[in-house]
Amino acid sequence: MKNLLSKAMSVFVVLILPILVIYLTVYFGLNKNEADKVVFQPKSEHTASVDHTQFESLQQTFTNPKQVTAACLTCHNKRDDELMQSSHWTWERTTEIPGRGEVKIGKKNLINNFCTGAEGNNGSCMRCHIGYGWADKSFDFTDATNIDCLVCHDKSNTYFKQKSMAGWPATPATATKEFPVPDYNLVSQSVGLPDRDNCGVCHFYGGGGNNVKHGDLEEALFHTTKDVDVHMGEDGKNMVCIDCHQTEKHNIKGKAYSVSASNSNRVGCEQCHTSAPHNDRIIDYHTTKVACQTCHIPVYAKVNATTLYWDWSSAGRKDENGNAIKEYDADHNYSYLSIKGHFVFDNKVKPEYYWFNGTVDHFLTGDTVKEIPVQINHLFGAYRDSTAKIWPVKVHRGKQPFDPVTKQILSMKLFAYNKGEGAFWEDLDWEKSIQEGMDYNDRYWSGKYEFYETEVYWPLNHMVSKKAETLSCTECHIRDKGRLASLNDFYLPGRDYNKWIDYSGIGIIVISILGVFIHSILRLFS
Amino acid sequence: MEYTKQLLYTKFERFWHWSQMLLVMLLTITGFEIHGSIHLFGFERSVRLHTASAWSFIGLALMSIFWMIVTKQYVNFIPTKNKLREQVLYYTSGIFKGMAHPTHKTMFNKLNPLQRLVYAGLLIVIFPVQIFTGLAYMYYHYPQNPLDISGLNIAAVLHTDGAFMVVAFVIIHVYMTTTGDTVSSNVKAMISGFEKEPQNNNETSSISE
Repeated sequence: MKNLLSKAMSVFVVLILPILVIYLTVYFGLNKNEADKVVFQPKSEHTASVDHTQFESLQQTFTNPKQVTAACLTCHNKRDDELMQSSHWTWERTTEIPGRGEVKIGKKNLINNFCTGAEGNNGSCMRCHIGYGWADKSFDFTDATNIDCLVCHDKSNTYFKQKSMAGWPATPATATKEFPVPDYNLVSQSVGLPDRDNCGVCHFYGGGGNNVKHGDLEEALFHTTKDVDVHMGEDGKNMVCIDCHQTEKHNIKGKAYSVSASNSNRVGCEQCHTSAPHNDRIIDYHTTKVACQTCHIPVYAKVNATTLYWDWSSAGRKDENGNAIKEYDADHNYSYLSIKGHFVFDNKVKPEYYWFNGTVDHFLTGDTVKEIPVQINHLFGAYRDSTAKIWPVKVHRGKQPFDPVTKQILSMKLFAYNKGEGAFWEDLDWEKSIQEGMDYNDRYWSGKYEFYETEVYWPLNHMVSKKAETLSCTECHIRDKGRLASLNDFYLPGRDYNKWIDYSGIGIIVISILGVFIHSILRLFS
Repeated sequence: MEYTKQLLYTKFERFWHWSQMLLVMLLTITGFEIHGSIHLFGFERSVRLHTASAWSFIGLALMSIFWMIVTKQYVNFIPTKNKLREQVLYYTSGIFKGMAHPTHKTMFNKLNPLQRLVYAGLLIVIFPVQIFTGLAYMYYHYPQNPLDISGLNIAAVLHTDGAFMVVAFVIIHVYMTTTGDTVSSNVKAMISGFEKEPQNNNETSSISE
């Protein structure tokens, strides 16, 4: 009996208790908490405090949209002052670039990696300025009636700026079927907070076409599902731009990460989600070094393709009749345009990953090229930068005209209303186009031009995926071909190892096994 | 010669030993999966299991340290030169000639001089290194910590090195269990707690089973 009891006790301490220890370890180890839930209060749900159809001032006959602006300002006084401070109006702001100090930068004076620059191409580019008629340098930035209130506040979806009209809507003289003269009484009486139509009409088409610029902002977001954007999906929370880009006194939160040098007034996930929202120590720890976007935006350009490559050097080719050429790839995206050169478009693109601390350097107009490819912007950050995180980035590469003598990137005149004014899109003549572009921007050109590789970095923020599509661990924590394969300034578990430790460790194990083998053979046969 | 059964391993020691064996197995498998050497549970599950079993291991280690102190069993792990030479000679030569073990086990002298050396190394060097680098791995990654250890690199490399040592130890340890009076007598002792010893042994256990 005592023997039996002792045996039972042995079974308990050498089998049952240890298995219990392992069971509890595995049970608690694999137990995963649910992530925090966000209580969502849309800022866009705003009930107008007045009925604009009742205002007599909006019932008058308008012959010019500036009269509408004047009418708006009779009640909404002082809002013009706010608005004229905003970068939507100024297209430049004073900012501090690390290593350069204070500079004034913006669309107004920056070189970009798409149509190279806005100034000098005003008729086309300034269609997306929130003013009327910034056609050339004579535009009056102090005249409040130049403000286009309607493009942002129209809720009738009938008001549009006409193509190539420097921000003007159609007039009786220019009206077409596509762009009729707006019904100003209807439009001005149906104003409200901007919805995604108002923002998207410019921000989805930046760079000269749908999704050319951003990759994560495109017309598919006008009406979308959670599969494309978990926030904006109409089958979900149906959020609009201003729900995140909260606005106070016309200061719209959320400066673009790519083009705003200083890390201020950004929109971040933490506005609604906390900085550690997963309720899971290991995953929450990642947020110290990994931006939310990195795991939660596994692909961008989920619907329509975005431009990844734009080679100006081949632009200007004509067919045998001297006409401009358009060529398309298999997915019906442009692959070549005489007026713009070669393109590579793609959709469902995997981002590239870079360290980014929120500050950005810019290649300013007039900077000399020091290295090829030229970084039109440069994201600052490194592993050892305690403020930097790994970000998903759309990198847009290309080739741009460049002066081999002054080593500066050249400004081009692309747009004009007529042939013969030196605009590249009309005449396909490089020399005239560069001369006109450089002259307009008061810059010196040696007369020579070559093409060099350029690249621009666009950190991704939109098209956040559903939870199920979030990156899994082994997208990065894997020996070969992980998403972070090119970020080598730190030790990444699962990817990195010390070759010598591994070799010597395996060696010790092999020697141990051999030793055991030889020893046991000797014991058997001695 | 007459044999008698003597208690060598108390209930706690046996529980500790076999629990530790399972935990070390789990730690090794999941650890080498995190390292990228094998694929079994999946990376995420391996990380979670490795972390959880690390905590169990630490808990068990604390319990056993307490136990060793209150029972004075730590004396087993104090290295000695006494009969070390004989023990080495036994494993390298005597064992092949069927000679008797140069030392015999008692409750307060369970480990032969060679084992004392190896186990002390394990307890004083390998386990603490694994525990501290493991904790650093979990909690002390980033450059902004007060003492800059430049990320995971040092902790990870030391931890990997320690893991190889543990594996080598386990291989030899398992083989050495076969060098008792019979091939299975050592394992049986770790299960039942009792081992047959020559009757002329006068020392008695001061610890009740």
